Amino acid sequence: MIKNFFKGFFAHIILLTVCFLSLLPFLWLLSTALKGASENIFQYPPVFFPQQPTLENFSEVLRLVPILKYVLNSFIVAFFTVVLNLILSAMAAYPLARMEFFGKKLVFFAILATIMVPFQAIMLPVYIITLKLNLVDSFGIIPGYIGMIAPFAVNAFGIFLLRQAFLTIPKELEESAVVDGCNSWQIFFKILLPMIKPSLAVLAIFTFIGSWGEFLWPSIVLTKETLFTLPVGINNLQGAFSANYRLVAAGSMVSIIPIMIFFVSLQKYFISGQNEGAVKG
Amino acid sequence: MSFILRLTPYFFLIPAFIILAVFFFIPFFQTLHLSFFDYSKDIYNPQLVNWANYIYLIKNPQFIKTILNTFYFLVLCVPFLVVFPLFLAVVLNSKIRFKTIYKLIIYLPVVVSIVVVAIAFKWLYAPEGLLNYFFNIFGLPSIGWLSDPKFAMISVALVTIFKGVGYYMMIYLSALMSVPKELYEAAEVDGASEWQKHISVTIPHIMPVIALVSTISSISALKVFVEIYVMTRGGPLDSTKTIVYYIYEKAFENLDLGLASAASVILLIVVMAFSLINIFVFERKKYGL
Repeated sequence: MIKNFFKGFFAHIILLTVCFLSLLPFLWLLSTALKGASENIFQYPPVFFPQQPTLENFSEVLRLVPILKYVLNSFIVAFFTVVLNLILSAMAAYPLARMEFFGKKLVFFAILATIMVPFQAIMLPVYIITLKLNLVDSFGIIPGYIGMIAPFAVNAFGIFLLRQAFLTIPKELEESAVVDGCNSWQIFFKILLPMIKPSLAVLAIFTFIGSWGEFLWPSIVLTKETLFTLPVGINNLQGAFSANYRLVAAGSMVSIIPIMIFFVSLQKYFISGQNEGAVKG
Repeated sequence: MSFILRLTPYFFLIPAFIILAVFFFIPFFQTLHLSFFDYSKDIYNPQLVNWANYIYLIKNPQFIKTILNTFYFLVLCVPFLVVFPLFLAVVLNSKIRFKTIYKLIIYLPVVVSIVVVAIAFKWLYAPEGLLNYFFNIFGLPSIGWLSDPKFAMISVALVTIFKGVGYYMMIYLSALMSVPKELYEAAEVDGASEWQKHISVTIPHIMPVIALVSTISSISALKVFVEIYVMTRGGPLDSTKTIVYYIYEKAFENLDLGLASAASVILLIVVMAFSLINIFVFERKKYGL
């Protein structure tokens, strides 16, 4: 009994420490964001709790920087990236799981091969191609969005995730649909897709998180601030307000609100421990 | 009719295939192609130089340094990211209270954009910042976290570790669920202590997952970029310049497309080696091989 108490006690101490460390960088940023203009944020020793807490920095950064516009851009890019991933991955996964056709092995390994190619190693030609297709913001807002989305519209992880899901559906279900006179498209949309909803949800959520946090590609293609996504815009705050870190801190804190809401409301998908293969870091 | 039926699989595959062709396969071959040209003298009039870019790179001390830096970074992150999340997962995989809250908070850094995490750490690392204050409390001297070439890479690695712990912990947690309870009971009957139970049952049972975490954390370490871009820009004195940062700099700042592509091919070969092990040894089931 006493032994179990101590075991539990130590476990809680360890976990509380790790949780504290996981929050510390954000709490310190929040504390800085709440400090008023009269407080010295470089004071030594540091002051943990703002002496005159104020929301001024938040209103100031929202007034000076179109953060809500960044949020909207991030949302548009993430939304269409998710939709395209769901449609394209599901469509490609279906024949790979359920049909026999000439060249299936080749297609299978071609898709598998893309997993081994890091985006960072091909980003230069991807940029050249995107430029040649006129899919950059200098050609307008719509081409700008498409250029940010298209290279990530489908990937091998999604295809394989949904292929696995299709494989678990009993073949008899399809056969009876064929007897009822359904064609492949009807089977796909009316019978198979609804059955893999849990996997589609997992793919949607992790694609959203990935797209929302993506920095490298937008920072390469974007030239106009009207199309900045959150990570690009927030990184820019550093240069814009190098003299006033309160505003950088306030902007950063505002930027994590949407993803926090998303995370907390869909928490079961993240911490149930069932979806570890969905994305790679 | 039957002709159209036979084409059905291809109709389903075509949309995905167009995207992969335009944004994966063509760029892949173009990277190989560009790596044999010299763009540095006249970007509109590249010269075929065969292996010259590769020879230049392997003889160039700055590039060798970026390779060494990348592996130094890998060595700093990977062992910790393999061991510590496993430890946390074992602690959490028991009948403990507030489990969900703990998991949520530890996972939180995974969902927050790396840009924000890097900005937050930059603030912690400030010369008169919080971390140096804690150091001083314990009687240690202040450190130039991001300004001292000796420490800068360690500081960057801490950010990567901070962002990765929750992710790998969840992978371990789901693996631990699959360890049969009977094995622990049998070990208990044999009089094994808590510690011995994990050494003799848990570790051997989830060895494949430990190996998997080693390879995927290695692959992402080889690709590190954003932390460095936001915090140090490769400095001070190139001490945090990794291979992807080098590629970025050559491609988008110096517009030396040939050299950037040759460096990309080298990155590609290294990452592929890790990926092949991953796919064909640890993740066969996931890809149906």
